[in-house]
Amino acid sequence: MRILTYLRQVLDAEESVRITNQAVALENSKLVMDTMDEYGVEEALRLRESGVETEIIAIAVGPARTQDALRTALAMGADRAIHVETDLRLDPIALSKVLAQIATQEEATLIFSGGQQADWDSHALAAATAERLQWPQATWTSALTLSGTTLTGKHDADEGSESFTLELPAVVTTQQGLNEPRYPTLPNIMKSKKKELRKESLDQFNVTPKLKFLAAEIQVKSRLNKILDGKDAPAAAAQLVDLLRNEARVIA
Amino acid sequence: MILIVVEHANGKVSKSTWEIVTASRELAHQKGGDTSITALVLGGGEGSNIAPIAAEIARATDQVLVADLPALAQYDPELWSAAVAQIATEGEASVILIGASRSGREYSPRVAIKLDAPLLEDVISLKASSDTLTAQRYTYLARVTETIEATSPIAVVTIKPGIYTPATPRTESAEQFDVDLNLPTPRLKVTGKNIERSSRVGLTEADIVVSGGRGVGSAEGFTQYVEALADHLGAAVGATRAIVDAGWRPYAEQVGQTGKTVQPKTYIAIGISGAVQHLSGMNKSKTIVAINRDAEAPIFKIADYGIVGDVSQLVPAILTELKK
Repeated sequence: MRILTYLRQVLDAEESVRITNQAVALENSKLVMDTMDEYGVEEALRLRESGVETEIIAIAVGPARTQDALRTALAMGADRAIHVETDLRLDPIALSKVLAQIATQEEATLIFSGGQQADWDSHALAAATAERLQWPQATWTSALTLSGTTLTGKHDADEGSESFTLELPAVVTTQQGLNEPRYPTLPNIMKSKKKELRKESLDQFNVTPKLKFLAAEIQVKSRLNKILDGKDAPAAAAQLVDLLRNEARVIA
Repeated sequence: MILIVVEHANGKVSKSTWEIVTASRELAHQKGGDTSITALVLGGGEGSNIAPIAAEIARATDQVLVADLPALAQYDPELWSAAVAQIATEGEASVILIGASRSGREYSPRVAIKLDAPLLEDVISLKASSDTLTAQRYTYLARVTETIEATSPIAVVTIKPGIYTPATPRTESAEQFDVDLNLPTPRLKVTGKNIERSSRVGLTEADIVVSGGRGVGSAEGFTQYVEALADHLGAAVGATRAIVDAGWRPYAEQVGQTGKTVQPKTYIAIGISGAVQHLSGMNKSKTIVAINRDAEAPIFKIADYGIVGDVSQLVPAILTELKK
């Protein structure tokens, strides 16, 4: 079989966000593979290590720098990578058109993607891709096993978690708790340099986004910052309760 | 027509749906004239209680469509998206409003693809002018507010919970109609459920959230300080990733990048230092209260009120004060 693992390159969570010309500026910032997507790469590798015969292809859509994230996936153990290079910012519905076409071309039967993207805070890509392919989906998985074409696992729903089974092909989203992603070892980093990283142009996918991004701003809510010294606990507690009751009026 | 999909639990319309009613009324006003609001109630099967839900939402909309079908006994993204897309097409809806719950965010993209419509996801504001919708939403782990725009005769929108003021029902009721649907067979088979239903209010619905981090000391400390305070205030309970990883609390309570995003009126952080991943899940809370031993902890930078000191002394003192 063939597994596609979709990944994004995003701002490291420790970096601060800057806005230039109404858009988030990423130049000179530390960029990493989205941690949510890392769980997908790791899970594909673990499925293979558990005996599933599969090729693992890492996929990313984005500017030239995105290939660094793909190289990380190759160094973790993915077999090859496809980079659809574009400076356009595609919303998840538009992006799903690219991913679905690659899945069809590559005859993949399982696609992994992170549960939420750390740049657009979106959950939409997996479901949109599944719909285009007419595949089922399992989102927010926290445990997976594959036996033949039957995927069994656990995932988070609105209230608590559910156990499920699903027949491939399917799209699956990953999250913290599913596994512990490995660090690429030096020999594997060296080996990955010889692996195929194919570039594709966005043109052939015939994508026309329906969303426009107009502006971005950082709205910092001003806070009161009334911080009390708690050495005298009863006095500080009394003062805080008084502030919450009579100034903020948030408790009875 | 604006179509809203009603979320319900235990025979009642969810708070998030009352918020969506407000959003739909604003939108209908902006679109002008004869824009009507239609509610769609999905559910059914043995022991389901759809009638009171339909009656409840009938007092807030112009028309209620009820699909009370055994096939809709359990939520499934393929079922829900098929149902919503079919009703939207038949009713020539211009905007479809869905709650940005985990399930809403899971099936709404399928609706958008079926209708060849744009998806405006997890929005906090919405403006309409003829065929154009402009919305604001949070991005970059809720650190950035972005404005997006879609020009289309039909659009799918999910509304972030806790932003719009819940609508109040009228006395008169709109007409209800039963609808039949062509539904697919769900392919994700749910074989077991582990519902983490606590006696407390849900994290994303609560007016007050009390959360704990490593500074509570232990799982016992969490119960003693965080849960005790939450129960006294009728609040929901939240946790940091660190203590979920440590096994002190279930994942369902995790607030932050990989957990839930909350925006309560009051967020009380106990023994939480304030890593950026945690802050992204709660930094939009109206009032933030922090109790932490370390005066340099980042949580104090975004706190409205706080005490620097020992959690094990301060929380019991606060409880004593509250009970006076």
